[in-house]
Amino acid sequence: MDLLEYIELVFTDYTLRTITMGTAVLGAICGMLGSFAVLRKQSLLGDAISHAALPGIAIAFLIIETKSNSIFLLGALISGLVGTFWIRGITRKTHLKSDTALGLILSLFFGFGMLLLTYIQKIPNAHQAGLANYLFGQAATLMEADVWLMTVVTGISLIVLLLFWKELKLLLFDSDYTKTLGFNVQFLDILITSFIVIAIVLGLQTVGVVLMSAMLLAPAAAARQWTNSLGIMVILAAIIGASSGIVGTAISASQNNLSTGPVIVLVAATFVLFSFIFSPKRGLLFREIRFRKNRNDLELHKTLSFMYNIAKTHKNISHPHAIKILNNFQGFSKRSLKELADKDYIQLKRNTWSMTEAGFNTASNLYDQLTNQNQ
Amino acid sequence: MKENNIAIKIDDLTVAYNYKPVLWDIDLAIPEGVLMAIVGPNGAGKSTLIKSILDIIKPIAGSVKIYGKPYRKQRHLVAYVPQKGSVDWDFPTTALDVVMMGTYGSLGWIKRPGLKEKKAALEALEKVGMLGFQTRQISQLSGGQQQRIFLARALVQNASIYFMDEPFQGVDATTEKAIINILKELRKAGKTVVVVHHDLQTVPEYFDWVTFLNVKKIATGPVKDIFNDNNLTKTYGINYKVSIQQ
Repeated sequence: MDLLEYIELVFTDYTLRTITMGTAVLGAICGMLGSFAVLRKQSLLGDAISHAALPGIAIAFLIIETKSNSIFLLGALISGLVGTFWIRGITRKTHLKSDTALGLILSLFFGFGMLLLTYIQKIPNAHQAGLANYLFGQAATLMEADVWLMTVVTGISLIVLLLFWKELKLLLFDSDYTKTLGFNVQFLDILITSFIVIAIVLGLQTVGVVLMSAMLLAPAAAARQWTNSLGIMVILAAIIGASSGIVGTAISASQNNLSTGPVIVLVAATFVLFSFIFSPKRGLLFREIRFRKNRNDLELHKTLSFMYNIAKTHKNISHPHAIKILNNFQGFSKRSLKELADKDYIQLKRNTWSMTEAGFNTASNLYDQLTNQNQ
Repeated sequence: MKENNIAIKIDDLTVAYNYKPVLWDIDLAIPEGVLMAIVGPNGAGKSTLIKSILDIIKPIAGSVKIYGKPYRKQRHLVAYVPQKGSVDWDFPTTALDVVMMGTYGSLGWIKRPGLKEKKAALEALEKVGMLGFQTRQISQLSGGQQQRIFLARALVQNASIYFMDEPFQGVDATTEKAIINILKELRKAGKTVVVVHHDLQTVPEYFDWVTFLNVKKIATGPVKDIFNDNNLTKTYGINYKVSIQQ
């Protein structure tokens, strides 16, 4: 199947279209809200919340004893919120640090959820309910109604983010200061945390409890590499999230039996890897290139300053000197001499070099911090 | 000194994080228009005192009045410069944006800053000598420049009372001079400035008022009257000999 055929299929095939749109919207909302989680240094919170949602799903099934995705999500939402507030409670009331509280709640809730799942296996018609799908997600179970729900929630969270943009930015950067200005920090905190919980719960059906936090963090982590503006970061994270959803769905649909959730997460991880390496300002590649260039410049400058020290002992600074006298100096090579000549700092004539006016002036001011500041 | 005009009045303030009090029964009256240092050893409760005045920390007992009313009602009169290290400077934003945050309080909920706020922020940047840095990503600023940005953010608030938590920590001599000049200008304009300060040597040169703090209030008053070996020893526990050497 080539790309065009696939694109045509997305528009004609109902199931594929539903899944593509669902994963795209999910990716967008996760990227958007994930940016806030990452910047609040609450990356692990997403992991804890998604794991904490599992017993809620199981209990919801035990109560209604039939399959209903929306009731399951409600159960997930409640137990996710309970888990979140327990984590907050533990960090506030005890001496435990937040990573300990997160780990504790994560494994406690997940363990309890697994326990309930194995118990439920013994109940008749439990298999049809597809509870096990919530572990790793099953995008194929997405219905049009699910996609609508995701779209509406994404719309609401977008409106809330735009409305409280200034306050949320302030909270992320400096929460004590936010408080002194008279903003209700607790309200803002609960607002953003609730939306993060809702986004996670929405994704459980598609990506699953275990991998959900990656959906939240990966697009944000990738986006952070490309920009120094919060607004652009949030938009970029939403785009990367949506793209991961679309591309992940395409890969899993065109390769038989690849489950969608993990593929989406892997695509998102590829975005992260690419961004870590290739982003111009923060990326590893360009940092290495800049580092090498700086080293090279330093060597040149060191050679130049060595020449300067020789030249300044002569009345005529352009007095030619034998290249040989540089031999004891490790910073010089044929190439570095040529580079200096290219910059018109020195002139090369056969076996001699002589300093130019420009080279002399540059060398006398090298790394002179105060002179540089005044310029 | 207009001592009859009290800017900040603290009565019976007691604060505890766990069991032991961090501040015990503090009574303090800070007159309007002073440039005051709060000095004391590590763990004496200096930052806590400021944070309790600003309602960031809930005290166990006691009251704080700003010009006779609770802080909640007087926010517009007060500006705060937190410790530089209390925020993540890798946050994706620019210097101008951080300074603009000083206008958020007067804007209130939801309303966005506009041209007027931007102009005020640029003026504040100019005052702290950082004009030209407005589009700079904040992680690209030096420690001293970051401190100036924080100061500019407070200046934008155009308050009557300024609280600063160790504004000289980790800044070089040039920045320290620049900051203290701005603080002295604020005092000249009749503002009240309260600074958590560590360098005892500079107290007589920079400040006209001082409070010695070590969980309890040891002493408070004009520097020329109370900044002496006796109070320093009472506060720091060791025999101090730095007092005003004239």
